[in-house]
Amino acid sequence: MGKKLLLQHDHVPGIHTLQVYRDHGGYSALRKALSSMTPEQIVEEVKTSGLRGRGGAGFPTGMKWSFLAKPPGVPRYVVCNADESEPGTFKDRYLMERIPHLLIEGMILSSYALGANTSYIYIRGEYYYVANILEMAIAEAYAAGLLGKNILGSGFDCDLYVQIGAGAYICGEETALLESLEGKRGNPRIKPPFPAVAGLYGCPTVVNNVETIAAVVPIVNDGGAAYAAIGVGRSTGTKLISASGHINRPGVYEIELGVPVEEFIYSDEYCGGIRNGRRMKAVVAGGSSVPILPADLILKTSNGEPRLMTYESLADGGFASGTMLGSGGFIVMDEDTSIVKNLWNFTRFYHHESCGQCSPCREGTGWMEKILHKILDGHGTLSDVDLLWDIQAKIEGKTICPLGDAAAWPVASAIRHFRSEFEEYVKRGSSIRDVKHYFRLNNLPEPVA
Amino acid sequence: MSNPQFSPETLALVETMKRRYPADRQKSALIPVLHLAQAEFDGWLSVPVMDYVASLLSLQPIEVYEVASFYSMFNLKPVGKCVLEVCRTSSCWLMGAEDVVRHIEKKLGIRVGETTGDGMFTLKTVECLGSCGTAPMLQCGSDYYENLTLEKVDNLISELRSDGRRRTYPKADRVMD
Repeated sequence: MGKKLLLQHDHVPGIHTLQVYRDHGGYSALRKALSSMTPEQIVEEVKTSGLRGRGGAGFPTGMKWSFLAKPPGVPRYVVCNADESEPGTFKDRYLMERIPHLLIEGMILSSYALGANTSYIYIRGEYYYVANILEMAIAEAYAAGLLGKNILGSGFDCDLYVQIGAGAYICGEETALLESLEGKRGNPRIKPPFPAVAGLYGCPTVVNNVETIAAVVPIVNDGGAAYAAIGVGRSTGTKLISASGHINRPGVYEIELGVPVEEFIYSDEYCGGIRNGRRMKAVVAGGSSVPILPADLILKTSNGEPRLMTYESLADGGFASGTMLGSGGFIVMDEDTSIVKNLWNFTRFYHHESCGQCSPCREGTGWMEKILHKILDGHGTLSDVDLLWDIQAKIEGKTICPLGDAAAWPVASAIRHFRSEFEEYVKRGSSIRDVKHYFRLNNLPEPVA
Repeated sequence: MSNPQFSPETLALVETMKRRYPADRQKSALIPVLHLAQAEFDGWLSVPVMDYVASLLSLQPIEVYEVASFYSMFNLKPVGKCVLEVCRTSSCWLMGAEDVVRHIEKKLGIRVGETTGDGMFTLKTVECLGSCGTAPMLQCGSDYYENLTLEKVDNLISELRSDGRRRTYPKADRVMD
């Protein structure tokens, strides 16, 4: 059983209330920070911890914090990214629903460390009921003097508000999130300037994922060195993994970074193996955007090393044979899964969610979706597979925000590792042209428009 | 509805929302207030409702239209009392979301995007709702219905029908000023 830093009390009845959260050590980090630490000391502890952004990018949090501009007389903002919408990811919802005060304590600590007196939690609109849980918890915190003026007699003031989104994957991108928070369409901004210099309302802003902010609490409690002692190399601490798909035990697991992938998939402590005694075909390890890997490559690197649940090990081999830890959205597919149809599902998603600003993404995602539909319909040609490859290569790196890359990588990796499956669809074209007949033959559901 | 008007209770909530942002940044309240409007005015945003929201926040109507049309949760057409939003992405698809959609289509005699003749149900497919470990799932109002089976869907539809209430996003029990 690995060490848990965030979810050690997630099953305690009433842990969502201030009283029970406090009974289990809650707000001790805040008390400690406000009574005995300077903001700079907290930033140093976060740097020492090696904590990396848990939303998907994995950028070192301490470094991001140290980039924050501090011009005199200009307010600074801390914004929590609770837009969680990367397909396959549901850890933040779990954390906020179960232990809302953990996020709130992390927000107050981060605001103190960065000198922000107003902070926002931007939560996706579909999590409306979770937003209400947060509102209740924030009200409790105000009533107990943990938010508002002169928190715990320290002289530090902090207001914390929940801001609700309204359904847009793109708002998980930090500059689109800030646009949305300003009451606009979620169109990502061109960087630079980065939010650390000009973010919310043009002021210096730090945007961090829910899990990242929550991790500041144990880092302040136990020190950055204790946090860094967990994990492997530059992958320090614990990570919440959202496990889903064809496994026996889907759910949110807090792992120490460094657990072998094989153990994570097959151990009864975690995923518990593949459902119905089937074999594993492929895994998307870090949310829908990261490259899909076939079973052999997710378990072992191309050098035959056992793959570990770390940023580095999952990326071993680059995109030729590796993938990314991403958001920790771990989607497992069994041997009966059609990779081509799964890719069509993902590509339709990116087409739907493209904000439309950049033509490679706006046009390319829809084009790829159409080609995949054509291949699934039995009208594909071998050159269509090459065309797909060409389009994804011309989207990657050519857009304002990473949604373009996120749409390209699943296509590239599916073709790279499962090209024969695309060719199979193409070769069987004439026999599957009667779509209904084909889907019935293969016991597959027909595409839903 | 030619002259929409929030209840005094909702208007108070709008004022609370506005105080959350700097005085010259009131536009930030737009999305939260559009949610309140959708909840109060039959689950969708008509042009008069959007114009009303614009006047409340001192915005140009176009600023409201462009936002309302960007976000998938805002309905710009009338919807049924219960909007069944079935997640169709990724893990939900792997776990049988398409069966759920087809089952509802058959049971209610409507296609995705349509509303039943009695105005009770609208069927929508939506992208990942962050419920992948409990797939397949659907959302109705603010409630998540997870680990769906076709039988569970049948029971849910009967329940919603016999209850007859509009399902929407409940206001927070307590909102900090």
